[in-house]
Amino acid sequence: MLKIWSMKKNEDAAAKKKPKTSAAQIRVQKDLTELDLPSTMQTHFPDPADLLNFTLKITPDEGMYKGGVFTFSFNINPNYPHEPPKVKCVPKIYHPNVDLEGNVCLNILREDWKPVLNLNSVMVGLQYLFLEPNADDPLNKEAAEELKKNRDQFLYHVKSSMRGGYIKGEQYDSVAQ
Amino acid sequence: MNGNSTSSDWDGRYFHVDQILDKAGPRTDESFVPGDQVKDFLRNNCKILVIGAGGLGCEILANLALSGFKDIHVIDMDTIDISNLNRQFLFRQKDVGKPKALVAAEFIMNRVPGVKVTPYYGKIQDKDEDYYMQFNLVVCGLDSVEARRWINATLVNMVDPENPESLKPLIDGGTEGFKGQARVILPTVSSCYECSLDMLNKPTAFPICTIANTPRLPEHCIEWASVLEWPRVYGDKKLDTDDPEHIGWLYDVASKRAKEFKIEGVTWSLTQGVVKNIIPAIASTNAIIAASCCNEAFKIATSSAAYLNNYFMLIGTEGVYSYTFEHERRKECPVCGGESLDISIRKDWTVERLIEMLVEKQDIQIKKPSLSTPTKQIYFQAPPQLEQATRPNLEKKVSELVEEGGEITVTASTLPFNLSLRITYT
Ligand SMILES: [Zn+2]
Repeated sequence: MLKIWSMKKNEDAAAKKKPKTSAAQIRVQKDLTELDLPSTMQTHFPDPADLLNFTLKITPDEGMYKGGVFTFSFNINPNYPHEPPKVKCVPKIYHPNVDLEGNVCLNILREDWKPVLNLNSVMVGLQYLFLEPNADDPLNKEAAEELKKNRDQFLYHVKSSMRGGYIKGEQYDSVAQ
Repeated sequence: MNGNSTSSDWDGRYFHVDQILDKAGPRTDESFVPGDQVKDFLRNNCKILVIGAGGLGCEILANLALSGFKDIHVIDMDTIDISNLNRQFLFRQKDVGKPKALVAAEFIMNRVPGVKVTPYYGKIQDKDEDYYMQFNLVVCGLDSVEARRWINATLVNMVDPENPESLKPLIDGGTEGFKGQARVILPTVSSCYECSLDMLNKPTAFPICTIANTPRLPEHCIEWASVLEWPRVYGDKKLDTDDPEHIGWLYDVASKRAKEFKIEGVTWSLTQGVVKNIIPAIASTNAIIAASCCNEAFKIATSSAAYLNNYFMLIGTEGVYSYTFEHERRKECPVCGGESLDISIRKDWTVERLIEMLVEKQDIQIKKPSLSTPTKQIYFQAPPQLEQATRPNLEKKVSELVEEGGEITVTASTLPFNLSLRITYT
């Protein structure tokens, strides 16, 4: 058998047994404790001992969604950061990039996810959806069409949906602050 | 010539292998002593573990058995599916439904006299360090990133500076269609699997809005069924990609969608392939990568030739291209990188005092550290809720939270890597 031990360099001889803390766990600790969120975003941990399941509350202070509180659920699996966190919008909202089931169309949550990205990037990306809803990547097609064709009508519908109103027979959740 | 023949060996059985073991070559490691001793080690002492008995695993098991390894263990959690039979050549139609590890072990033992293959039908996570400690070498032929990360971290964690035997070389093979790689990981000595995680091709994911609105490919329809329709219809019920009824449901839903958008090509097997993220396995890629892995296992077990340093890449998509390079260790690797420190503190020190000491330490330049043990948070600087929840710990004695010899993981924005502390008390 090859004598590998002798190849351990001196610096390594000092290397100590590593803890059993998993790579995903360390990464989540690093991501969370270094979050740099504006006052418009707040995390909440239903069980503070469980770092892998939590929610993010976004309260936009400008743009068409100002005045609402939008909660997203985060679920991080043990394969993080190889896989992105699973994020869903909890209330039913009228938004071109969010469907009625709470799926969110944000590129870095799927096709453009990379392990160098972190939870902060995802959260900032989510907040951006409220400042600049994107009609070109629709998940709620009607909302997207409306945003493209009639911005005033769209804004009116956003406001009424945020109060729990109906749009085309669909009732939205009240998210007023 | 076969100094260590057993009853099942016959004249000339190892004639070709012995050409390598009976004399030193120009590239032989200087510690190599040709002759009986090395043959005895390979054939009577060396215990090797093969993880995975699928496409790569079948090839690896056959190669190892034929090159003279005689004490082989194999772990696999899967059972044989009919679709495996075209390339997983240790299995036959009658074996469908049986555990791969058991059937593979049986086949090898029947076919190659004198080889003992010990199967384990289950997950690698079922086994602990004591189990992995018994092997000289580990060869991995897995298709799961998660399982690889687990075994890599386990073998790195097992390295005990006081025990040379605790360092187990890991030879990792992987294939994806016409591409593949083989690598030698010497835990804590060379770059580990986690170090190279960002080199991986991530599974193809289609933008969710494309799936929802403008499907063009059969894959889009299948993802629509699995990503959007399944949770809409079944809520929290988990999709089991091994359950034929679930796949059947997805197939029906995807077919209807495909029809609506006039897309062709949604089939049962494509549905299964997309949701299980299966890239069609190519038997010849498996054979090449398995050969490379076993070559390395043989060289490391016998030190008869220079081993791979440390990453071999095969790209067979356009012609045949291969490339070997040394993947470097990442200083900030959460598994093998980072720094570790032995710290001896007084038993009555509070967490706050420990943090002060870390901040004052000139050599690590740390600001606002967050601390945890493998099982609980000690003190988190952020987010606010967790800072508040862990703040009472600042007053507590470290010794109430961490046992003698216990470990603390420290992260901080000023540290590009993590720091692990081993605490002893004076
Ligand atoms: Zn590493």
